[in-house]
Amino acid sequence: MDMKRDYYEDIQLLDSKVLWFWFLMLIAALVTLPFVTPKYYIYMANYMAINVIVTVGLNILVGYTGQISLGHAGFFAIGAYFTVLFMTGLHLPFLLALVLAALVAAFFGFILGLPALRLEGPYLAIATLGFGMAITQVIGRWQLFGGRMGLETPSLMFFGLDLATDTQRYFLIIPITFLMTLGARNLMKTRVGRAFIAIRDSDIAAETMGVNLTLYKTLAFAVSAFYTGIAGGLFAFVLGFISPSTFNFILSIYFLAFVIVGGLGSIFGSIMGGVVMTWLMLELDKVQELPYIGELLISFSENWMSVSGLPNVASIIFGLIIILLVVFEPLGLYGFWIRTKIYWKTWPF
Amino acid sequence: MFLQLIISGLSFGSLYALIALAMVIIYKTSEVPNFGQGEMAMISTFVAYSLLVSYNHSYALSFVGAFLFAAALGAFLEFAFLRRAKDPNILSLILITLGFEMVLYGVASWKWGADQRNLPFPVSDFDIINLGPAVISYLNIATLLITLMLMLLLFLFFRYTKVGIAMKATQQNAMAARINGIRTNRILSMTWAMSSIIGAVAGMLLAPIATLDPNLMLDPLLKGFASAVLGGMTTLVGAALGGYILGIIENLFGGYVSLEFKSIVAFGIIVLVLCFKPSGLFARHYVRKV
Repeated sequence: MDMKRDYYEDIQLLDSKVLWFWFLMLIAALVTLPFVTPKYYIYMANYMAINVIVTVGLNILVGYTGQISLGHAGFFAIGAYFTVLFMTGLHLPFLLALVLAALVAAFFGFILGLPALRLEGPYLAIATLGFGMAITQVIGRWQLFGGRMGLETPSLMFFGLDLATDTQRYFLIIPITFLMTLGARNLMKTRVGRAFIAIRDSDIAAETMGVNLTLYKTLAFAVSAFYTGIAGGLFAFVLGFISPSTFNFILSIYFLAFVIVGGLGSIFGSIMGGVVMTWLMLELDKVQELPYIGELLISFSENWMSVSGLPNVASIIFGLIIILLVVFEPLGLYGFWIRTKIYWKTWPF
Repeated sequence: MFLQLIISGLSFGSLYALIALAMVIIYKTSEVPNFGQGEMAMISTFVAYSLLVSYNHSYALSFVGAFLFAAALGAFLEFAFLRRAKDPNILSLILITLGFEMVLYGVASWKWGADQRNLPFPVSDFDIINLGPAVISYLNIATLLITLMLMLLLFLFFRYTKVGIAMKATQQNAMAARINGIRTNRILSMTWAMSSIIGAVAGMLLAPIATLDPNLMLDPLLKGFASAVLGGMTTLVGAALGGYILGIIENLFGGYVSLEFKSIVAFGIIVLVLCFKPSGLFARHYVRKV
């Protein structure tokens, strides 16, 4: 909110002592969370962290560089499958397998970025969509990847410890999420990040100013794919079992929805979007169990619609949220946050 | 076998061409590719099914009822949501259409469930005629004829009727159209209604071949979209031709090379074509001026 007078002030993570205090509070809360909440919420927290990584990665591409990608489920799948394959087939340690799988995803992101140099708008959407679908289909048919039956993830051996419960995985996933989010935020403050933003605002003008479009556009795709690959690798361990049907087109749309709901072009927005939408996704799966609304919905279903299809209310609510947010608040949750903050700070003017 | 593949390719190509036409009509006027196209068609097909099976109306009444529903749905969606978008950049508009898609999919799954049903159709898929070594079913013939008839009607509509010319004018320059007295908002709603009807026709022609469940249009939508992109999203003729080309190539690939990777080759071809001709095969490439 305050004016930054030089580059050093701009890249500082926390501006004041108050912010440092809240930051340490956040870290304390994250560390103590598993000890005070029931087990299901730790699984939810793991899932949220993974979605935060994906959202941050996708936001780098969509929010900061202005490209469209409807195929990120493909990178997610590549991350998951290659992590599992590297661990079971080549017996690599976990971190190395994860990073290598993410690099494979980044390579495919680079390849996807090449046609993106010439395409824009709906044409780019279709190219990325086709890529996402192609990845899912290839994985589904190739026996190396377990075919339609999928693969079971091995046990997660981390420096000799076997991380079997959700809590133990939580203490692995949260630091990784933290580092990656911090990395993304710092990336956006460097010249690479500024090149991305320039490309979003006007790529012709950026090119005349000396931004190498080829390099930076493909780099944006590669970085975004790297993030999604890491998230995919972690997802394989949270879920315990991966099969091609989880990585479908709907998942790509969900990722895009997370970004939009959180807010395009803001890391904080991505975190909020990832957390809120994951919570919504997991809660809506059990919509029958809500206190009053659940019974209302069930009686409505029995009279007018089929009861077995009730979980599809989740789809309706998701779609409505996306539409309403895009129509009324293009900046998403981050927009609400900023407007509240400005209103609070500038009251009574 | 070659002839058989070509014939079934033409038949599927007609469906893709119809979806591509519906997509391009919307793209030309609203500047957004309508991802909700498939679900709009699917819901209209379900309405036709309900009218036919649950209420036992005649074929004509059910189909006309479904068309009216489709038109109302399209106009409503444009009126309620697309027009209100404050930030008309392409990503927001695509997301609005994706939101429709999710809402409509949820409503259809909720109301009709995931059971697979059979849409009774006046023309059967099982009566066939022999054309030498190949067979062609009555349904394939009906699909081809209906598609060609629709394309002819659209051509005449856009060239000779006032509303059609108004639509073309709105697409070319909305401000100038308004100055000339054309009510652009109404024209946009009509465009969406028309596109929705075409989509509903595609859905109803597809339903006898594939099973009628909420996932009916997921795959054909993507193929239709891909063929619109292949042919060029700014020309109607191009989109239709793209549909046929895609249908034929896909079937030939499936027949001769590999049935499993049929869908992938469709997208592979699209990406390849887009690398060399970014606006599609038949469209003029508009270079953005600074």
